[in-house]
Amino acid sequence: MGGSLNMIGYGLAAIGPGIGIGLIFAAYINGVARQPEAQSRLQSIAILGFALAEALAIIGIALAFVLKGSNT
Amino acid sequence: MTYAAAAVRSEGFTPPGPGDFDLPAIGGGSHFELFGQTFVLGVTKPMLQIVLAAVIVGAFFWVASRQRAMVPGKMQFIGEGAYGFVRNSLARDIIGGRDYRTYVPYLFTLFFFILVNNLFATVPFIQFPTFSRSGMVYGLAILSWVIYNGAGIKRHGFVGYLKLQTVPPGISGPMLLLLVPLEFMSNILVRPVTLALRLFANMFAGHLLLILFALGGEYILFEMSAVYAPVGILAWAMFVAVAFLEILIQFLQAYVFVLLNAMYISGAVADEH
Repeated sequence: MGGSLNMIGYGLAAIGPGIGIGLIFAAYINGVARQPEAQSRLQSIAILGFALAEALAIIGIALAFVLKGSNT
Repeated sequence: MTYAAAAVRSEGFTPPGPGDFDLPAIGGGSHFELFGQTFVLGVTKPMLQIVLAAVIVGAFFWVASRQRAMVPGKMQFIGEGAYGFVRNSLARDIIGGRDYRTYVPYLFTLFFFILVNNLFATVPFIQFPTFSRSGMVYGLAILSWVIYNGAGIKRHGFVGYLKLQTVPPGISGPMLLLLVPLEFMSNILVRPVTLALRLFANMFAGHLLLILFALGGEYILFEMSAVYAPVGILAWAMFVAVAFLEILIQFLQAYVFVLLNAMYISGAVADEH
């Protein structure tokens, strides 16, 4: 089986941000469900949290392409 | 060479890689040798794009603010709305206080400069996000670093600022030995790196994905047997879908860069606990 170790690394690296973003938006949905008037105030916090968590996954995919693997 | 890579290359499709982002100098460029390495001097497309973005942003807001009418015309209305968005929701709500207006010019320019540069990835015939070249992003990150540290040092003095950033309130004793280097690294050393890397990696990964779908679809449609044609059409449909997703990401990344800048400035000029 061939392939690149970089991509396995990316796959593992994407677990954390996936769970993190799910938690962030679960909290956002809960907050808006309890108090719909708070939607716009919570939205900027949700977007900030999403971008911070997504950054790790994006760094993973970018470095997976940029760094030279040892097998390929 | 791995088995899969060998199979793919024998069929002729080379997957896109970081080399696709090395755009050549316009007109060839001149080479010179230094320390045994060849360097290219020339003007490349991303360089022109970043200058074009600065010109576009400057010209737009200059034209929008020229009339200064009490009842705004269309251009002035759009300009005021754009300025108001950054000044209110980004500067005033986050930095707050009496002197948030000192930082509004920087945040406002930064937001629209990054936005226009990102949107170049969607504009036809340009279709290259300037910030997928990491060198372009480091400049912004260094400027942000200088500004938020400078604002903090001006407000608190050098030692006071370091104490504010590295010593969390309410901690004393041996925990400090562990926390101070950690906080120093996280607040002062790592912040510009993550700022830069977040913007660069998002633009790089998005553009790479688009190249993959476009080239892959083209290869499947034109160089493989016709039985695979639906897969090629699907690849191109995904290209369009991901292009729209990329527009959202472009807005989001510009917003988050400026939001984080505002938060760092706000943390640096915050009053002592």
